[in-house]
Amino acid sequence: MIEFHLDSRSGVSPYLQLVHQVRHALRLGLLREGDQLPTVKDVVARLAINPNTVLKAYRELEHTGLVAARPGVGTFVTGSSLADPALAAHGPLRRELRGWIVKARRAGLDEESIEALFRDAVRSARIEGVA
Amino acid sequence: MTAALATRGLGKRYTSRWALSNCTLEVPVGHVAGLVGPNGAGKSTLLQLAVGLIEPSAGSVAVLGEEVAATPAQLARVGFVAQDTPVYPSLSVADHLRLGAALNPGWDQALADARIARLGLDRAQRAGTLSGGQRAQLALTLAIAKLPELLVLDEPVASLDPLARREFLQGLMEFAAEHTVSVLLSSHLVADLERVCDYLILLAEGHVQLSGEVDELLTSHRRLSGPRRDKSRLPSSQQVIEETHTDRQSTLLIRTEEPIIDPSWTVEEVSLEDIVLAYMGRPADDIELARVGR
Repeated sequence: MIEFHLDSRSGVSPYLQLVHQVRHALRLGLLREGDQLPTVKDVVARLAINPNTVLKAYRELEHTGLVAARPGVGTFVTGSSLADPALAAHGPLRRELRGWIVKARRAGLDEESIEALFRDAVRSARIEGVA
Repeated sequence: MTAALATRGLGKRYTSRWALSNCTLEVPVGHVAGLVGPNGAGKSTLLQLAVGLIEPSAGSVAVLGEEVAATPAQLARVGFVAQDTPVYPSLSVADHLRLGAALNPGWDQALADARIARLGLDRAQRAGTLSGGQRAQLALTLAIAKLPELLVLDEPVASLDPLARREFLQGLMEFAAEHTVSVLLSSHLVADLERVCDYLILLAEGHVQLSGEVDELLTSHRRLSGPRRDKSRLPSSQQVIEETHTDRQSTLLIRTEEPIIDPSWTVEEVSLEDIVLAYMGRPADDIELARVGR
């Protein structure tokens, strides 16, 4: 089961943070088909957040078919996972990226510059239609 | 749908000073609504008007679809935790529960007992010797065991340390998760309310500066930064809430329902606290413009 956390400084609404965390866990294979999400009451009691926030997040995940609610039992991850096709590619990509980070550090970039450069490259790739 | 709280032109005057004036708002039922604003903004006045502790000098206020009146039937539907969560210092925890059971027709003894047990409170202990956090939890227990349809809390966590604050809000949210209840709570700190509220009302100097659903507020406000320019050159769909300029750069906090397509802006999401601070800094003339929703 996953544990949620909230970053109150991010400006992303709390319900979207919960949605992102489930999607992220699915993508990384931390959540698999049949896994149960924490109950609304558990999330509320742990994070001291509004129950409507959790309900809204679960509804949105249900709407996209990633989870399904079984009334009276709980909310479960369905088969249509985000992880399957791409997960295998993570390992090699991560290794290449690590090599690139080492190179960037040798060239004298600090963490902030590395992140800025990465974000900028992702954005310009999107604008140019490369990715 | 009935509103948990609806006010029209509501005002309250103390001798020569208006603590609250021309306050019109509507909070739908089922929300946990946060009332924020600096000290002296009129928050307590609004809450006391909502529970019928004081009477309006102007306008009207209704809760749960009924004009506020101190009738037994209406008092039973509304729970109130006053500022600094007061209890009777010389009465024991058990005395408080007995009092609650005797005074409230819909009292849920099982819920009260379960909460006291889970909090680990000694039933024989006198309330005056409880810690601040325990006292607040006792006051909350009394307010929720009467199973109100609307629960009103005035600055419930202001005097609590961070851990007690977290535990208090956990208890409150658990209750909201299990029961059909609307909650209205105030704080002078947005950070206290950010997680628990899905509706926000901002009061400043006795006026409503902003009110609306939190998610809607977060998605409709953005911070733009880019080369210096005048705000008159922005699309009419973008309303400037706050602006700062240097020789070369402009930084704007705007409200818009439409995507920002101008590529020269760097667009950032803003936190609820940023939004609240931006509205608090606005002059009173802009109040009508700033009112959100419908």
